[in-house]
Amino acid sequence: MGHTETIDPNKPLEYQTEKSRLNILGFWIFLGAEVALFATLFATYFVLTGRLADGPGPGELFEIKGVLIETFILLTSSFTCGIAIHEMRRGSKKGLMIWFGLTLLLGLGFLYFEIEEFIHYVHEGATIQTSAYWSSFFTLLGTHGAHVSLGIGWMIMILIQVARHGLNTTTTRKAFIISLYWHFLDVVWIFIFTGVYLMGMVM
Amino acid sequence: MAGNNHNKFPWNHVLGFIFSIVLTLLAVWAALYSSLSITAIVWTIVTLALLQAAVQLFMFMHIGEGEGKAQKGTIYFSAFIAVVIVAGSIWVMNAMMHSMM
Repeated sequence: MGHTETIDPNKPLEYQTEKSRLNILGFWIFLGAEVALFATLFATYFVLTGRLADGPGPGELFEIKGVLIETFILLTSSFTCGIAIHEMRRGSKKGLMIWFGLTLLLGLGFLYFEIEEFIHYVHEGATIQTSAYWSSFFTLLGTHGAHVSLGIGWMIMILIQVARHGLNTTTTRKAFIISLYWHFLDVVWIFIFTGVYLMGMVM
Repeated sequence: MAGNNHNKFPWNHVLGFIFSIVLTLLAVWAALYSSLSITAIVWTIVTLALLQAAVQLFMFMHIGEGEGKAQKGTIYFSAFIAVVIVAGSIWVMNAMMHSMM
């Protein structure tokens, strides 16, 4: 792919080619579309709040402890993912892989606690079929959880590419884009934490 | 651009992480342990969530780098769409509910 652009030492590797810059811009546009997707799920959730069909309500089932564990795991994974990109920009392939590895472990930990929480709700009689409220709850949180699962698979594949090819304009661009995706999942979680859990416990 | 501070300590990330934790704990305190009215709680925790989203965008995601202007424009526009969809749906559905009663 012998591009002839010269390397500009003031820019990180992932911004060196025009194609990379446009790929990254394109990913931001994709994230804009994801914002619209999650907005529709949040709107549905808020409109259906209180539609319990005589089933259990969120105030009875939500527990702040488990929710805070999930929140801090995801927040920390966003931080380790940021450090991974910092290490990548220092030219440290090993640093990138270690911090991405930590991010992956935290992502798996988050999924473990989230699935545990869902199983608990189902045992308490709140399933996706119980009421309009729980349908919208599981759709919103399930879509976020599915994004996290996809992100884990994606990050593993990027790690394999970095391990095999090292840091070049292509692999750094790919690593940077998965980092944007991962931070975005944390942004969505902030709104789930606030709009679903905190408000569910207040109302 | 972040190009010339590659070898420095990642202050931006550490500060962003601390901000995120503090904002999260403030929201928990406001929602569960303060004596604010429900309306005040909702406005407080939504504001804290928006601040925390900004921390992610500017301190972790480097939104201003590369095609920064277009990237920011995209996200501001999608945030506007999100507000229209969420607030608009709540408004329309509540107004309809009231007029049916």
